[in-house]
Amino acid sequence: MSEVQAPTTVEDERVIQRSRLRESLIRPELGGIVGTVIVFTLFALFAFDSGMFNSQGIMNWSQVSAQFMIIAVGACMLMIAGEFDLSVGSMIGFSGMMIAIFSVTLGWPVWLAIIVTFVLAVSIGALNGIIVVRTGLPSFIVTLAFLFILRGFTIFFPQTIERKTIIGGIKDAAEGDWLAPVFGGKILTGLFQWMGEAGIIAVFERGTRQGMPVVDGVPMLIVWALVLVVFGHVVLTKTRFGNWIFAAGGDAQAARYAGVPVNRVKILMFMFTAFCATVFATCQVMEFGSAGADRGLLKEFEAIIAVVIGGALLTGGYGSVIGAALGALIFGVVQQGLFFAGVESSLFRVFLGVILLFAVILNTYVRRMITGER
Amino acid sequence: MTSLMKKMALALTVAAAPLMAISGASAEGEKYILVSHAPDSDSWWNTIKNGIALAGEQMDVEVEYRNPPTGDLADMARIIEQAAASGPTGIITTLSDYDVLSGPIKAAVDAGVDVIIMNSGTPEQAREVGALMYVGQPEYDAGHAAGLRAKGDGVESFLCVNHYISSPSSTARCQGFADGLGVELGNQMIDSGQDPSEIKNKVQAYLSANPDTDAILTLGPTSADPTLLALDETGLAGDIYFGTFDLGEEIVKGIKAGVINWGIDQQPFLQAYLPVVVMTNYHRYGVLPGNNINSGPGFVTADGLELVEKFAGEYR
Repeated sequence: MSEVQAPTTVEDERVIQRSRLRESLIRPELGGIVGTVIVFTLFALFAFDSGMFNSQGIMNWSQVSAQFMIIAVGACMLMIAGEFDLSVGSMIGFSGMMIAIFSVTLGWPVWLAIIVTFVLAVSIGALNGIIVVRTGLPSFIVTLAFLFILRGFTIFFPQTIERKTIIGGIKDAAEGDWLAPVFGGKILTGLFQWMGEAGIIAVFERGTRQGMPVVDGVPMLIVWALVLVVFGHVVLTKTRFGNWIFAAGGDAQAARYAGVPVNRVKILMFMFTAFCATVFATCQVMEFGSAGADRGLLKEFEAIIAVVIGGALLTGGYGSVIGAALGALIFGVVQQGLFFAGVESSLFRVFLGVILLFAVILNTYVRRMITGER
Repeated sequence: MTSLMKKMALALTVAAAPLMAISGASAEGEKYILVSHAPDSDSWWNTIKNGIALAGEQMDVEVEYRNPPTGDLADMARIIEQAAASGPTGIITTLSDYDVLSGPIKAAVDAGVDVIIMNSGTPEQAREVGALMYVGQPEYDAGHAAGLRAKGDGVESFLCVNHYISSPSSTARCQGFADGLGVELGNQMIDSGQDPSEIKNKVQAYLSANPDTDAILTLGPTSADPTLLALDETGLAGDIYFGTFDLGEEIVKGIKAGVINWGIDQQPFLQAYLPVVVMTNYHRYGVLPGNNINSGPGFVTADGLELVEKFAGEYR
């Protein structure tokens, strides 16, 4: 009558058993991966010969996606740390304008203008963070204030100094500068030259650039996007600081008890978000050669949308930089792809809304799976 | 779980339904894409849309209208690149910031796409980017002409209500007006924003702070309509000299009622319509007008308002 269990079935009852499928489902990137596959399949089916997948078309949506990625990385890590930054769009306009004012109006060398702007922007990011952690106010409100403060200055400064709101001539100022190509240059130009000569990609048919490839290199914008994504992913998943970010956003009080410097983590994340916005702005200013007071309008929401599509939870503590990057890719591909497919541009928003809603529903489902809440 | 996947696929397919419907119906022949700098909220561009639609219908060509939803010019540069990548017969675009837009436009021209510049920019800039021609109203000149006219009517000071301060051509209008009058622009130009009630209140505030203001210049329906209301409320309607750019229903009513002295019509309908007609004929028969086309300025006053009134906001 011995009731002793056979040792072969010993399992730790404290560990919940999950199927492998379920295990892979709770990865935050899942929505992003599925979405990316679906979006590319759809556009390959319905817009393949529209120019969307020729060299020019690919460069076009890659650049737009890269822009979203740059700000999405910052927004994603900040959101995982449990905060928002609504001043990202204004920060883009502001830092672009600062570079223009320093370099064109004041005549500083461009490298100095860029460095000072970065210092300024990151300090404002820190200020955002300090106000949030000191006052305990929701970051939503604090950064909303900075949305208006920065946008106001962006219009006020050039208006006062030069009586106009677009300052141009940065391309001439950046001529021969050592730092400008880091943001506005292109790499792999030789490879593209060769591809053009070999007939793999389209070349110009006329004009002074006849015979040269229409796409002549990978813009630094895209390089920055990839570097930031890799950097963000490594920090978040492979370092102790990454764990602190998750802890700060998951349960700040518990994290404090465990010795995590929550305030410092949050402030650093605000600074990083500002840094990303300034990278965006600098690339844009170097590419287009001018800064405008209306640059970056609504970009903060686009960053948040990319992050949410990428599977991060609005409540913090959960998400992934890879997911956010995929969200940005989906965003860019859909936004540009609808045009190639010949769809009325107003429908883009319908599409975006549907994707967003769907991503949030998927996220909620995933969260319930993790927490076991019903 | 698989049902979740199915649901997801279904939702995306439903969202993509319009995409399939339209790409199936793409016509053969010439395709022209008009790219503007206008945000979605700017109602003035409806006339442009009507113009290009009618031209497409009459010439039997495919036409498309594209714009950056928030009016962000860097976004617009991407739209031009995108338009060029899709291989149209021609692109019609505004050139509201040379620094930002000249690169993508030049690349399109070099890649073999014909370009016509409309509305913003100057004839010189159009030539520099390699466009076929410029169709529009030189903004500074139009403002200058208006200033001269106002000076002849005895105006010495004015308020310029600028609702699109980030566009250099808007400022050029105010500057031209000031130069035409022979006065310094100074603080006579205000950044009104685009919200009607903000505009109304800013105008009222300016007028009460500067009661000696002789005249008001607005730059389009967006600022003219709330300004009309502001004048109504302060009882200045009809007393103060009031000129405006562009036409719209309210502006036409204002001209009729004698509140607005004149409207400068740059005829947006022609700015959209003519480039399509010109390019279609160029591509079909190789004929091209030898010069740029000035669609404005034309002063619309209380005389001869009938047709203008009938089509205001639609074709005028």
